[in-house]
Formats: sequence, C-alpha cells, structure tokens
Amino acid sequence: MLLAADETFRLDADVFDYTIVALYFVVVLGIGVLARRQISSSLDFFLSGRSLPAWVTGLAFISANLGAVEIMGMSANGAQFGAATFHYFWIGAVPAMLFLGIVMMPFYYGSGVRSVPEFMRRRFGTGAHLVNALSFAVAQLLIAGINLFLLATIVNRLLGWPLWVSLVVAAAIVLTYTALGGLSAAIYNEVLQFFVIVAALLPLTIIALHKVGGWQGVVDKVSPGPEQISSWPGTDLTGIDNPVLSVIGIVFGLGFVLSFGYWTTNFVEVQRAMASDSISSARRAPILGAFPKMFIPFIVIIPGMIAAIVVPEMADLKAGTGDGDVTYNDAILLLMRDLLPNGMLGIAIAGLLASFMAGMAANISAFNTVFSYDLWQQYVKKDQPDGHYLTVGRIATVAATLIAIGTAGIASQYSNLMDYLQTLFGFFNAPLFATFILGMFWKRMSAAAGWIGLVSGTLAAVVVALLSEDALGSLSTGALSLSGQGASFVAAGAAFVVDILVSVVVTMVTKSRAEKDLVGLVYSLTPKESLVDPNAKDLAWYQSPTKLAGIALVLVIILNVVFR
Amino acid sequence: MQPDSTTGRRKVKIGVFDIRFVIAGLIGLYGIILTLLGIFRATDEELARGDGLNINLWAGIGMLVVAALFAAWARWKPLIVPATPPADDAD
Repeated sequence: MLLAADETFRLDADVFDYTIVALYFVVVLGIGVLARRQISSSLDFFLSGRSLPAWVTGLAFISANLGAVEIMGMSANGAQFGAATFHYFWIGAVPAMLFLGIVMMPFYYGSGVRSVPEFMRRRFGTGAHLVNALSFAVAQLLIAGINLFLLATIVNRLLGWPLWVSLVVAAAIVLTYTALGGLSAAIYNEVLQFFVIVAALLPLTIIALHKVGGWQGVVDKVSPGPEQISSWPGTDLTGIDNPVLSVIGIVFGLGFVLSFGYWTTNFVEVQRAMASDSISSARRAPILGAFPKMFIPFIVIIPGMIAAIVVPEMADLKAGTGDGDVTYNDAILLLMRDLLPNGMLGIAIAGLLASFMAGMAANISAFNTVFSYDLWQQYVKKDQPDGHYLTVGRIATVAATLIAIGTAGIASQYSNLMDYLQTLFGFFNAPLFATFILGMFWKRMSAAAGWIGLVSGTLAAVVVALLSEDALGSLSTGALSLSGQGASFVAAGAAFVVDILVSVVVTMVTKSRAEKDLVGLVYSLTPKESLVDPNAKDLAWYQSPTKLAGIALVLVIILNVVFR
Repeated sequence: MQPDSTTGRRKVKIGVFDIRFVIAGLIGLYGIILTLLGIFRATDEELARGDGLNINLWAGIGMLVVAALFAAWARWKPLIVPATPPADDAD
C-alpha cells in the first residue's frame, strides 16, 4: 500500500538528539496521564470544563494550526516564491482571527453550544445540521490522514524507519494522549508544542541568517531577483500575471473567502476558544493567538528563503538545474541537515514531530466531539447518561485514528498535498462560511435555505474543481484553464456566491423560523448584554478583546507596509 | 484547598502541574543539555557549518532564560481553579 523507504537524504541524529526527542514524548504522555486523573464529566473531557486561561487557549489556537502543512508548506513556498508567502499569515489569517474574536465568538460562546454543527442545528434545524456534521466528520478524517502521512514521511526521512512503521508508531502516540486526556491533554500539549516548535525554528533562523550574512545577505543573494523580497503584488504566488487582478485575488480570494471560511467556521480552531473560562477569554483566545501568528512567518518563511540560497540542492532546484531528487518541501529539512550540530538537531526534530502531531491530534479531537454530540447523541441514541457519550467519544477516538491510517494511504497517492488540502477547504469551509454569515445577520433566512444553500455551495465548488485542469487529479476535465492555487480559489469563490444566491432565493419561497427561537443566534435578535462579559468593565486594557484586536490590526498593517 | 469568599466554592492551586512549570521543566532541561554540548562538545567541523556561531551554546542559554522566566511567572501568580468543575450551567 505504501511507498518503500525513501533514501534521498538522511539526518545524522546521535544519542543526544534521541534523548531530547525521548524527553519530549515522556512529557507528552505524562500530561495525558495527569489530565486523565482530573476528568470528572463529559463536559470536562471535551471542553476542558471551560476553565482554561485565555493565553493557554490562544496559543493552543495557533498550535492546532501549526501542523505539518503549515511548516513544510510555508517554508517550501518561502523557498519558491519568497516574501509573497507572508500573505498566508498577514492577509490570510490575522484579519479573520480578529473577526472571529470580535464578531463570531460571542455567538458561539454565549449560546452555550459545544460544536459548530450544534450552532447550525439551533439556527437552521436538523437538515443543515446533519449535512454539516457529516461533511465535517468526513473532512476531518481525510485531513487527519494527510497529517499522519506527512508525519510518517518525516519520521522516515529523519530516522530511516520504514514508512508503515512510522505511520503506526505516530498513530499510536497521538491516540494514546488524546484518548487518555481528551481535550485537556490536547490543549496542554499544544501549548507545550508551541514552545518546542519555537525553540526549534528560532535558533535555526538565527544560524541561517548568520550564515547568509543577515537580512541584507538575503536581499543581496536571493534569486531570481528583488521581486522575491516584496510581498505585493505576488503574481508568482497567485499565478495571475496582471498585478491588479493578483492583488484582488489575494485580498478577496485568500483574505476573505478562504481565510474567513477556514478560521471562523473550522471547529478544530473554534473548539479551542470555546474551552475558555469566560466570554472575554473566549474572545481573547483568537485575538491573543493573532500576535504569535504574525511573527511565525519570520521563523518559517525566512528559513525557507535562505535554504534556497545556502543549500546547494535547493539552489539548483530553483535555478532549474536540479536532478529531481529534492522538492521545495524538503527546504527546512535540508537546512537542518546542513547547519545544525547534534543537540540543536534533536530539538529541531522534536519540534517538527510536535508540530506534525498537533495537526493530527486537533483533527481527531474535533472529530470525536462532533461524532459523539452531533451524530451519535442527535440521531442514534438520545437521552443516555453522561458516561455513555464519554465511552462513545473514546471509541470514536480509536476508530478515527485507525481510519486515519487508511486515509493516509489515500493521501500518499497525491503528488501535491497542499493543492488537495486547499481544494477540500473550498468544498467544506467556503459554503459553510456563506451560510453562517447570512444566517447570523439575516433573521428571515429559513431552515430550508440553510441546508439547500450548503449543498448547492459544495456542489458548485465540486463542479469548478471538475472543470479545472488538476484540482481533482485525473477526474478534472481541463475545460477551464485554472490550475493549482488559482483553481481552489475560484472553486471557493463559486461556492460562496452560489450558496448566498441559492439561500436568498429559497428563503423567498419558504417559511422563516419564529423569532423567539432565534434569540442569541441572530445578531439583531440578541440582547446586547448576552454578548458581553458581565465583568467586562473590571478588565484591564490588556484584557479587553476590542483594544487588543485594534493593536493587532495596527501591527499587521505595519508589517504589510514594511515588507511591501 | 481554600474556601473562596465570593461563591463559597472550594478552590485549589494547580501547583507543579501548572503548564508553566511543565514548560519551564522541559525547556530548562533542553537548555542544560544544549549549553553543556555547546561548551564541551563543539567541534571545529560543527562550528564551521554555521560560520563559527556556536548555536548549541546560545540556544541553550536562551532556553535557560525562558525556563527561568516561566518558573518565576508561575511562582509569582499561581493558577487557581475551582476544586469541582462548575455544574452544567452551560446547558
């Protein structure tokens, strides 16, 4: 089923490196065991009893997203496209995170729902809920497979273990700690992972900058020329030659539909904020998370850019004279191989393993919550004692991990996982975001419009992907001359527009829901007091979500201007 | 354990299981290992890779500082949570 061990290159880890990696896993499993002792009810298991401080959930919020695709994909993009990759963070993430904290989070937290599909059920009834919960569960299993496949590939490259052994070992460790400790352990481990990842990538960036002669060295030596130092208009990144259209593509495609869709409706992210101890904490989580998110590109993209200068294989690849053995995905691994001594190499390996586990664990814990609350409790066995759903949650965790080993096999068939993942986001997140926004601000939107809008949005994205050149691999017909990122952007845009249009038309011919059922779920029908923390006036300025968001917005604008 | 004057609910300190102590412990241990490697085991061949920068030593010292800051923060402001989780007031 899986490819044989890839022996293109190896990292020479020694006993100190293995000790450092082993220490990390001892602590991770220890946290799982400790967290288990503190579990007393199912609410505790899934949302950590809503008792975590905002800085913990804020970092977990970032860490859950700092997975394999983020580090490997973004450093690869940095090596290939240079500074334009910054858009994935400053345009494609931070504004949506601030929007989530300011506008969306009061609805999620204030309504007391435990999952995004549950919000759909209360706003639109069971039709939209079932569609959303099923598609979400399927998407999580597919994405967990991608993460597991990448994790196993890296373990194989680093340590030379056969890929299938790497897969099973990785799955067993992720399973052990999510099953033992639930979200409490997952969140605490994600916070720990964040620091280990920074401890790995920051020294790597420093030594790489030292090697290349500082930022000026990057400016002087980057190939093919100075456009790699400017983030705008990013024509290489979008594949759109016209600079004006390219900017529009980045701002509306990446910055609005894809990014708002991902950050505001993706339960993997939102679940972390909902584990906070108050509505202010829940709102602060994505906003506090936006601060580290702004600076992560410096330790992910810059090493990628430098790898394309100082690593001979990468420089050859970029100049078009490579022998085909390495890809841009190998940028950060090759940089580690060339620059890091034993010791630091172990930290870097631990950091990468940590980040690859973060993504998978996040998928698994979100799947298990949606499966037990939204599918099992809603449609299979209602009104069972609390312990029943806790057991179901544990079984779902085990099942999801086993299925992920299978979907990792599917993922191994794709040559470009980043495009595959963006296409999935277009199918699942873009229509969900359209339905959410409309449902939140338009009280007349009917229950039927909820699920019909979702289904037609997803269908629209699938049709665009089928008509493109390569978004669905050999299934795509090539009728439209779109490929790579361009194709997934147009698919997401089509999903968004079709969802809105269909929802409006269906609402015109169907009955709206009674207003009393929508209190707390629609903006105009929600009393202002329920959207704010009763203790808000006691908060210091650094605890106020809106003031923090304002500071974050100013910072991200400055970063955009400095690296224009 | 200590009673909470406002709600009467028992509160308990998290103590050494505070995530900040866990971070301080792991990063501190890494800092010790790296600093020792940087002092005693930095070969010329290794240093040449990074154009003379002893990254083990400097990263190790940096990690020790971060670990000390986290331990100090956790000592200075201990985390206090209810001894029993709040009843299902979320539903």
